[in-house]
Amino acid sequence: MLRVMVIDDSKTMRNIEKSILNQLGYTEIEEACNGQDALTKVAAFNPDLLLLDWNMPNMDGLTFVKTYREQGNKTPIIMVTTENEKTRIVEAIKAGVQNYVVKPFTPDVLGERIADTMAKAEAA
Amino acid sequence: MSNTFDPIYITAFVEATKNVFQTMVRQELKFGKPTPGKLPRLSSEVSGIIGMTGDVEGTIVLSLPGSSAENIVEAFVGTRLDSSSEDFADAIGELVNMISGGAKAKFEGKHVRIGCPSVVIGEGHTVQQLSGSISISIPCESPCGSFSVDVSMKKVKEAQASQPAAA
Repeated sequence: MLRVMVIDDSKTMRNIEKSILNQLGYTEIEEACNGQDALTKVAAFNPDLLLLDWNMPNMDGLTFVKTYREQGNKTPIIMVTTENEKTRIVEAIKAGVQNYVVKPFTPDVLGERIADTMAKAEAA
Repeated sequence: MSNTFDPIYITAFVEATKNVFQTMVRQELKFGKPTPGKLPRLSSEVSGIIGMTGDVEGTIVLSLPGSSAENIVEAFVGTRLDSSSEDFADAIGELVNMISGGAKAKFEGKHVRIGCPSVVIGEGHTVQQLSGSISISIPCESPCGSFSVDVSMKKVKEAQASQPAAA
């Protein structure tokens, strides 16, 4: 079973993403409310996939990605954010994000991105 | 900056609001005629507020009557929330966050950042616009009730260029 960590400062968005994950059959889910919170939880939870917001207080998503990758972690990350300019998407990919979902999104879009990301991770 | 809103910005906010409601609230919106010009103040019972910085400075306010806000949040999160709860404010904040993010992506050639949202709840409160900015109110009608997207903004680069150079 896929273990997913949902990182977003909005409880509303965490609940929406958790609901979609549950519909997709993923029930092992951990939450974090910013990048710093995620760093403190990620080792214990040992996720297979991270859904990560960009704009958050304390530690934003991009800083989290850079820190997480510098620590040698290779777990796939999908950025789920309102940031949808090409330059920002490229910035995130260069930092180590595997996939990208722009808010607002439908459950189908998130499901497709998760399936695509995990298929590529398994093939790598 | 002229005292009228560039239609590109109006279209950006209309399309972003429409997209957020279609996708996340699962509702179609009808838009009234945007009211441009300098507004003395914006008033509502629930205001989701987010700031813009960069080439364009300003505020974006999702202004809702209490009943509209409660109905829209219920359609958004799938459960009825007390308007005094943190979760209610969080949901309003996320709606204005998505509208702002969607709109700013259409500001071609402009470097703009949006901040974290704030939410004000209470009858009779006002949201003052930035000094030197112009405003527009975009009326929206949803099955859950009416609301408006009120935008106040000024182009910083243009404003700086029009000021005399320091001695």
